[in-house]
Amino acid sequence: QDKEEESKEEESCNQQNTASRRKNYQRENSNGKKAGEEGSRQRGKKTPTKDQKESENKEKETNKKGKEEENKQKSDRKDSTSASSNSSDEESLSDEELAMLMEQVEQKKKLISTMRNKPWRMVKKLSVLREAQAFVEKFEGALGKGKGKKLYAYKMMMAKKWVKFKRDFDNFKTQCIPWEMKIKEVESHFGSSVASYFIFLRWMYGVNLVLCGLIFGLVIIPEVLMGMPYGSMPRKTVPRAEQATAMDFSVLWDFEGYIKYSALFYGYYNNQRTIGWLKYRLPMAYFMVGISVFGYSLMVVIRSMARNANESTTDGDDDNFVFSWKMFTSWDYLIGNPETADNKFASITTSFKESIVDEQESNKDENIHLRRFLRVLANVLIICCLCGSGYLIYFVVKRSQTFSKMQNVGWYERNEVEIVMSLLGMFCPPLFETIAALENYHPRIGLKWQLGRIFALFLGNLYTFLLALMDDVNEKLAEEDVVKNITHWTLLGHHNLSMGNGSTVTPPPLDPADVPRGPCWETTVGIEFVRLTVSDILVTYITILVGDFIRACFVRFVNYCWCWDLEAGFPSYAEFDISGNVLGLVFNQGMIWMGSFYAPGLVGINVLRLLTSMYFQCWAVMTSNVPHERVFKASKSNNFYMGLLLLILFLSLLPVAYTIMSLPPSFDCGPFSGKKRMYDVIQETIELDFPLFVAKIFSYVANPGLIIPAILLMVLAIYYLNAVAAAYQRTNTELKKKMQMQREEDKNKRNNKASTNPMLQDMEDLLTPSTKKESHPKQAEDKKMESPNRISPVGKQGKAAVLDGSPMMGGRGAAFTPPPHVFVTQPPTLGVRAPYLGQPRPWGHPPRPVPGMGRGQPRY
Amino acid sequence: QDCTFFTRKEILRLHGRYHEMAPNVVPMDYTKDPDVKLPMQLIINMPELKENPFKERIVESFSEDGEGSLSFNDFVDMFSVLSEMAPRELKAIYAFKIYDFNTDNFICKSDLEKTLNKLTREELTAEEITLVCEKVIEEADMDGDGKLGFADFENMISKAPDFLSTFHIRI
Repeated sequence: QDKEEESKEEESCNQQNTASRRKNYQRENSNGKKAGEEGSRQRGKKTPTKDQKESENKEKETNKKGKEEENKQKSDRKDSTSASSNSSDEESLSDEELAMLMEQVEQKKKLISTMRNKPWRMVKKLSVLREAQAFVEKFEGALGKGKGKKLYAYKMMMAKKWVKFKRDFDNFKTQCIPWEMKIKEVESHFGSSVASYFIFLRWMYGVNLVLCGLIFGLVIIPEVLMGMPYGSMPRKTVPRAEQATAMDFSVLWDFEGYIKYSALFYGYYNNQRTIGWLKYRLPMAYFMVGISVFGYSLMVVIRSMARNANESTTDGDDDNFVFSWKMFTSWDYLIGNPETADNKFASITTSFKESIVDEQESNKDENIHLRRFLRVLANVLIICCLCGSGYLIYFVVKRSQTFSKMQNVGWYERNEVEIVMSLLGMFCPPLFETIAALENYHPRIGLKWQLGRIFALFLGNLYTFLLALMDDVNEKLAEEDVVKNITHWTLLGHHNLSMGNGSTVTPPPLDPADVPRGPCWETTVGIEFVRLTVSDILVTYITILVGDFIRACFVRFVNYCWCWDLEAGFPSYAEFDISGNVLGLVFNQGMIWMGSFYAPGLVGINVLRLLTSMYFQCWAVMTSNVPHERVFKASKSNNFYMGLLLLILFLSLLPVAYTIMSLPPSFDCGPFSGKKRMYDVIQETIELDFPLFVAKIFSYVANPGLIIPAILLMVLAIYYLNAVAAAYQRTNTELKKKMQMQREEDKNKRNNKASTNPMLQDMEDLLTPSTKKESHPKQAEDKKMESPNRISPVGKQGKAAVLDGSPMMGGRGAAFTPPPHVFVTQPPTLGVRAPYLGQPRPWGHPPRPVPGMGRGQPRY
Repeated sequence: QDCTFFTRKEILRLHGRYHEMAPNVVPMDYTKDPDVKLPMQLIINMPELKENPFKERIVESFSEDGEGSLSFNDFVDMFSVLSEMAPRELKAIYAFKIYDFNTDNFICKSDLEKTLNKLTREELTAEEITLVCEKVIEEADMDGDGKLGFADFENMISKAPDFLSTFHIRI
């Protein structure tokens, strides 16, 4: 009774409401409290909330008014054809019905928006869609919704445009990476290991380009533009004795003559503190650039190592599905070009082979003792080789020193060192490879060993070479002292002479070419490095040309008239020698780093070399090499290469640092001439160009009392970080183990669980036609013919239910099932659909009506 | 339009392509809903599909009768699923169908072998093929029945990093 009162109260409050609404309340009054609640809410706001809808629905169920409402709806639908009566009709609609409609419309909309995600046949989709759309259109207009449609469409369009733009931008970015296509092509035919060499080469090219920019921009170009011109002073002039032959090609080829006295070498630079109108401090710049070449290289190498390490740890844990992913996702469906497709086939094959090699290697077991013995033997042999080659180089360098003192030595004697070193570089690696065959490692590990050994060989070469060079330098330094005195006396004598004449006080008009000068050991060292680099380039190219290309041509064309099969037999085609090439590159880079201080132009030569070798080697690989017998995958990060590079960078830093810190520069050539040590230039700059307190600060900082604690602090920091890293490593492995266990558990769980996935039902829907094909087609035809008739009563209803009360509605929809004939559209749809559903028993069982219910059934 | 991931314009362009393949069979306007189907031979010669090793399977799995002939609806459906807007689940379902050569709702060993042969143009030796197939089953088979059901397949493919970018045709 209280409720009654309440509702009456409400009614009085809402007296201004329309008649229809009042009617509505009266109906609700019987329902009691719920109605009251609803009323109060409706007063608050007109738009129906979710709760309201629910209560309405419940009400309906209890009220048994479903039929009435249905009728109303029916009438509404009929009326919707004539727009005029629509509005009046709507007026008569009650609020709850409105809300009902809203909900339905929402659901339809949802259905429409998710339609494209459903794996149904197009026909089914279309028919369902049409119904849903028709429904929405009818009622959307009535409810005055869908105003945001335009905005939504606009948003969608913008999103699409954005996606397209991003894609284009990505394409553009990948196009900007130089040689990407070339490397990809090589990779697809020769595997990732060969490609890793080219990627390394490209990276090297980038680094060298930066170094080149640094040196040319800050040292060479300022000197050429603003320094004293050629011939103005002794260090910039070819001596009189050499002038006759200074332009001969053989002289130039040895980097003597005009090239020796050019801005490419250390000796050309003047020790003037500032040059040009910019007051550019060239000696300072020279020194700083020399240091920063090392600084930049170190930074870049270490940064890329760190990045690689990061990548390898992040990718590392998802290798559970290597083969499956290769199998199912490696084909790129975008490929439409025959050549690309060929490449893709090749690359997929190679990648499979790589994985197979990995797999085979992981479960191989053999005689361990024999293998161990062989490995030891191989190492002994290789160490012997290394020692031998080291001694050979030392011997040759010594000999060349005696040659250099003699006159009239032949071409061979002059170039003996380079020839021997190049020959060693050519013949030792294959020897090592043959020996390494004894060891029977996985090719990837084998490659690392091979790299390490050849690295040792080259290192030995490099260091014996450097020692010999040091001897040379010391000799030159001794000689220099003598010459210094001579020069001094000559100048003095000249001076005295002119003074004696008493004519002028101007400096002696001695031609710069005639001034006696010291040997300028820095330039000598620079020339040595440049020569070595150039001869290395030539040997590399000639090896490729002869060893690969000519061999390939020979094998290819002589094979037609030869007594055995050349292609399969002895010479066959060459494989790409990764280790040799990588080390050649690393070694060469070490030379560049060492030499660039004495010969600034060396980096320019190196950039040219890398550029040409990129094209040349790509071409050679594609034309005349065959893939490795066992194509193997490169380790994900090429940190091993980087490690080698770092090592050689460090090693090449040592001699340069030594010369800078402890050898006196030549007295008459180079930017530091006249100073006791090269680093004096810094002190000079600090004293002369900076205010006093900066100098003071520097002197404090350089105090050992400060430096030693700083070093200690660094050591402590390294220790701490190391400990932290180790701890992280441990947790990482722990987590990995856990994940593995979870996966196993998952496997077991799935084993027990029967899979009743709605997705699977859809799948069956889709898969059936092809199974049907296998069964009696005629029977299937029959089924098709009869099933619509059989199923129609139930099927229709089921379908209607699906359409109407799709997922959200659930049980509620049952009470509000609209009459079937309104919703069922084209019979053909059902006809098509029915046989699929009858599918599980293709062998002649009559299709039962129950499966026809399909998706609708379980929800009842 | 709501059934696919295409705009009106794209569908019209698709129709143009469809019409192009057999100008005398396919009518220009589809208002009357004619029942026209193009045989597989025509479809797989499209430049988009020509190089694809699974072209027959793709067309078959999208055709309504399983024989490989496509009506325009199927045709649109195919490119809709293969478009980049389609979600991963949908793509996975159709990928499963494509790789399921004998349409028994499981990817079994023979399916894997066929897939592999198509992918590598039969350049692997028989042992290699068996090895790879065994590995795949071992990796992806969660329920231990020796073949991949859809659940296995989906579980595997949902973790694959480049499935979305490769299972995709731009038209």
